[in-house]
Amino acid sequence: MKQATQKTSGAAVLTMDAEAISRALRRIAHEIIERNPQLTGVVLAGIPSRGVEIARRIAGFIHEIENVNVETGVIDVAMHRDDVGTRSELPIVRESKLPLPLEERTIIVVDDVLYTGRTVRAAMDAISSFGRPARIQLAVLIDRGHRELPIRPDYVGKNLPTSGSEKVRVRLKEADGEPDTVSLEKQ
Amino acid sequence: MSTRWTRKDLLGLRELSADEINFILETADAFKQVGTREIKKVPSLRGKTLVNFFVEPSTRTRTSFELAALRLSADVINLSATTSSLSKGETLKDTARNLEALHADILVLRHSSAGAPQFLANRLKASVINAGDGAHEHPTQALLDLYTIREKRGNITGLNVAIIGDILFSRVARSNIFGLVKLGARVTLVGPSTLVPREFEKLGVEISHKIEDALSRADVVNLLRIQHERQRREYFPGIGEYIHLFGLTKERAKLLKPDCLIMHPGPINRGVEIDSEVADGLHSVILNQVTNGLAVRMAILYLCGGIAA
Repeated sequence: MKQATQKTSGAAVLTMDAEAISRALRRIAHEIIERNPQLTGVVLAGIPSRGVEIARRIAGFIHEIENVNVETGVIDVAMHRDDVGTRSELPIVRESKLPLPLEERTIIVVDDVLYTGRTVRAAMDAISSFGRPARIQLAVLIDRGHRELPIRPDYVGKNLPTSGSEKVRVRLKEADGEPDTVSLEKQ
Repeated sequence: MSTRWTRKDLLGLRELSADEINFILETADAFKQVGTREIKKVPSLRGKTLVNFFVEPSTRTRTSFELAALRLSADVINLSATTSSLSKGETLKDTARNLEALHADILVLRHSSAGAPQFLANRLKASVINAGDGAHEHPTQALLDLYTIREKRGNITGLNVAIIGDILFSRVARSNIFGLVKLGARVTLVGPSTLVPREFEKLGVEISHKIEDALSRADVVNLLRIQHERQRREYFPGIGEYIHLFGLTKERAKLLKPDCLIMHPGPINRGVEIDSEVADGLHSVILNQVTNGLAVRMAILYLCGGIAA
């Protein structure tokens, strides 16, 4: 039994390559344009660190397609998590950056992988400490399922059915210094 | 930001590495921003209890810790020497054990004896934060000083920092020296030879008894409060003579570089270590220090409080 696990551990299945990631983000950009006729009030707010990079890329595609510069931002979730002290490692806190006031704006929370939904809940808490946006939407590159909270994404790059023992590994050139990939690792 | 925080206690800057100090300052950046939000409160320490235990009187440090803890959603109890049973003869250890029996998670301790926080840190599961122990260390004051210098000047390495006043009895000076030297500043201590003994040179600092030289070279001047209440005759020449030799008067302030920062841990004695015009003048960052103290203390409570649990 132990031998068998060792054999499979570390086996990674490539799920998306750079081109697939790029196509998925471009499609999300189109969907954001379609759903939000008032693009000037839209803020793409990334969760560090890969969410920030994904938000930047989507903003780039929106600019290519519509020639509009949408605002981008950063949401720190570390200090809004509800499990400080229960995890083995303390999350590093970063500065949030959002354009103010939020009242007339649509905040699109951007992250790489949607899993339990707890990070997104923390992000919504963080946003509400800055004010009351007109609406909040959610864009993710990967939705791997296993939600623990009633949260669903508005824009999904790829739905990836997983088991709890698998790990989704996202790498982006600007954030990780490695080529763009999404892979699924068996534990 | 590859460093990870692993300490449950903050006892002094002497035992911290430069990386750890920088990590605290970077964490404080994130918490400083919380103070500018519409809702200045985050849930990081929700459900945790912090005890502010100030055996020596203090208003600003205690208030700063209290507000920092409230902004992190912790519950706060304030104890002073007179409201605790220390005045009834209870030992420090027994008081602390009682606090632990109440499931306090973080103990912020101000004590007149050097080493009291260390003593408790070794015996308690709770985080112990040193808020000043005797003439030993006052780490959060030094961290907020470092944060303010870094914020205003971008960098600490290579800056000339003059610390002026009663160095011998000052825990603020000691913590500042450890932190500044680790981060690569050039530190000059200035004051009467009775209060600035040569032994301090071992810590990697210069000593000067001429304030004019130090002022004209300094990028940062950190003035220490003259502690009337602690001065002993044999060390101190008298207020008038002190002002004459070491006070930062408005005439002496003309020697300062245009971008020199003037800092003071407060409370200031106007007209003694610093003239009013200088304390309220362009060089002064004394009130920035107060604002930054809150951010730095939030960072420390978040880091140590998060580890202890």
